[in-house]
Amino acid sequence: MDLDPVALSRAQFALTVMFHYLFPPLSIGLGALMVLLEGAYLRTKDRRYEAAVRFFTKIFAVNFAVGVASGIVMEFQFGTNWATYSRFVGDVFGSALAAEGIFAFFLESGFLAILVFGWNRVGPKMHFFSTLMVFLGSCFSAVWIVIANSWQHTPTGFHLVGEGAEMRAEITDFWAMVFNPSAMHRLNHVLFGSFIQGAFFVMSISAFYVLKKRHLEVAKRSFTFALVFGAISSIAILISGHSQANAVAVNQPAKLAAFEGHYETGPADMILFGWPNDETRQVDYAIAVPGMLSFLVHGDPEAPIRGLDEFPEDERPPVAVPFVTYHLMAMLGTFFIGITLIGLLQLWRGKLWDQPWLLRIFVLSVVGPYLANQAGWVAAEVGRQPWVVYGLLKTSDAVSPSVKGGEVLTSIVLFGLAYLALFALWIYVLNEKIQHGPEDPESLGDPPSRGSFVDAAVAAGDRALTDADAIPVASTSTIARASGGE
Amino acid sequence: MDLTDLHVFWYVLLGVLVTGYAILDGFDLGVGILHPLVKGDRERRLVLNSIGPLWDGNEVWLVTFGGALFAAFPKAYASLFSAFYLPFMFLLFALIGRAISIEFRSKVKSASWRTYWDHSFAFSSLVVVLLFGVAAGNLMQGIPLDAQGNLVGDVRDLLRPYPFAVGALAVVTAALHGALYLHLKTEGELQARIARLRWPLFFAFLVVYVGVTIATLVLVPHATRNFDRFPIAWVVVVLNGLAVANVPRAIHHGKPGQAFASSCGLVAALVFLFGMAMFPKLAISSLHPAHDLDAWNAASSESTLGLMRWIAFLGMPFVITYTAIVYWVFRGKTKLDDFSY
Repeated sequence: MDLDPVALSRAQFALTVMFHYLFPPLSIGLGALMVLLEGAYLRTKDRRYEAAVRFFTKIFAVNFAVGVASGIVMEFQFGTNWATYSRFVGDVFGSALAAEGIFAFFLESGFLAILVFGWNRVGPKMHFFSTLMVFLGSCFSAVWIVIANSWQHTPTGFHLVGEGAEMRAEITDFWAMVFNPSAMHRLNHVLFGSFIQGAFFVMSISAFYVLKKRHLEVAKRSFTFALVFGAISSIAILISGHSQANAVAVNQPAKLAAFEGHYETGPADMILFGWPNDETRQVDYAIAVPGMLSFLVHGDPEAPIRGLDEFPEDERPPVAVPFVTYHLMAMLGTFFIGITLIGLLQLWRGKLWDQPWLLRIFVLSVVGPYLANQAGWVAAEVGRQPWVVYGLLKTSDAVSPSVKGGEVLTSIVLFGLAYLALFALWIYVLNEKIQHGPEDPESLGDPPSRGSFVDAAVAAGDRALTDADAIPVASTSTIARASGGE
Repeated sequence: MDLTDLHVFWYVLLGVLVTGYAILDGFDLGVGILHPLVKGDRERRLVLNSIGPLWDGNEVWLVTFGGALFAAFPKAYASLFSAFYLPFMFLLFALIGRAISIEFRSKVKSASWRTYWDHSFAFSSLVVVLLFGVAAGNLMQGIPLDAQGNLVGDVRDLLRPYPFAVGALAVVTAALHGALYLHLKTEGELQARIARLRWPLFFAFLVVYVGVTIATLVLVPHATRNFDRFPIAWVVVVLNGLAVANVPRAIHHGKPGQAFASSCGLVAALVFLFGMAMFPKLAISSLHPAHDLDAWNAASSESTLGLMRWIAFLGMPFVITYTAIVYWVFRGKTKLDDFSY
């Protein structure tokens, strides 16, 4: 049997990246809410907020660890399975990845230790500072990886060197590479998607407690924060999605055509439901708003949108997968706005906690952002096919020449088994944590208040927030002072 | 060696990242290897929590090394990672298994659950260290790379005696390094137990170290070539010897801090000697010297290397600061509390 290394490597990449992406959005979104809740604790000294942060920290830690474990695979997989790609993009993509390591990962992992294990070792301010740094680190991480990925969609700021298999892209303008046309649109979209993930996660667990009449004081506070945060993010992502779709229309018209099942150039409807049919080159069972897509993109319902027919057959993306995932994402996005607005309305009327049906919906809704985040990425990445770097390098030319199909199959089986076990474990431990619940705010011990290095570090950190260059200098000298004083 | 040359600068910086990784993750991997030798749930938790807040940050050095290699020498990143495909997949598998073992072991109060993860933690730690050693040995001996930098042949070409000897050296070094670290972080009965492990580990290290040194001189003649170009490197050989000698001295005189510092120096020196054996190559082709990948023919463009140097200059002070803060906050003997693993 001949095993196709390209198809297998694609399957492996899809498996590993989709599994990995279950975790980072929650790290970012839950991190944001933990910053808000701990900020509220610092301001009000209300121990109920502290209990909430302590509880979510434990879940955050497990989520983060699984994210790191599955992320290491991503970091190295470019080299193992996509050697030709790696040689081609190393100058560009590698730089962003290295910047991610230096600027984001060290920040995250360093302060994560204090966030998770430091409750009894540092004062509340230093702890808050650590939470904030972990959150910022996870955002920086998103920044660099989305920039790198966006460059594959809309490459700018480079020139090509060499011929054939030796050809590679070299940076000519770093900032043009960083601010490539799709980068900032996609970054916003990823971050808001993560915020929604965090918000619905917190709402789900909190609503569960309210329904079970457990930990009510902590749960209601957490829910309210998450609801407001989730509503704002859900509306923001609609705006970000609209501007992004407009950018796709300009930069990657073939992708937009695949999203919308737009086979022939001409005025385009916005299809709400349907199933694209490659045989008849139409969307079956379509319910559509006539001319709406043309209107959204060009402000004119009659304006033509480029269809798939404008592209040579070997440069057309598949339609079914991008179409379905894109529409799934958009529908879920609409649902997030609707459900959070209903939640806000009920909260404002003071009736939110007495509506079990609504709380039950919130308990289940946590699945929504997981699906939407995955679907959005599938739409974006499959919509870019057959290119791995749009217009420059085809996916089929990007694999490692020396790696055999059998080897890739072995590693897929290996990762498949590991991820299955890991996923089961994650659910199991998550359930244990939720069953255990937050500590009683009354029983929390007093935080340590040592006049030591850490307070000095906080002071240095506070200064550094306004003057970023001060961090290394100030902190190193305090370390020297502190260790000299021991 | 001209550090103002961007290619040399990046070669050296990658060496610094590997050294940081080997010293830091070295002790926590070593702790993992020794973990099953400690009995009792409380004792094992203490051992696990001695690296609890630190192992994740230590592993970031590896991740950053991967990113930096990709950015600075993409051809080497692509060639080596695809050449070592299966070993690499086992390495990733072991790294995942290790992270999970640490994270989940103490989450459930069941003896069989914990025993399972204890074994998994120890085994994966062992596999990680062994594979790194085997990879280093293969790099030194050379692998069959063609003109495009792709491996000719398959994984069986990588399973040779010399790389496994280097793998064994990596394992005993990590175990010794981990024991000296654990001795610092533990107290009482547990510490006494760790203390008894140090001598056998040291002698095991010494035997393998001498053996691998001889094997290297015989089998890898180019390993010492750079000493003619950079005679100053002999200083490191001397320092290496002093560090090796100082470990038993410090143990004997009851100076655990000095013993651990010596093993840090020892690990750094071994990485340095590996770098001396390779410089300026990143991969040596056993088929033809023209297929070798070095700091010039595998590199990104000069402008990217220059830009990345600024990123490194900007980022490294932060990295060192975070590392210092975390190690400072978690200094002293390991204690168990509500947040421990």
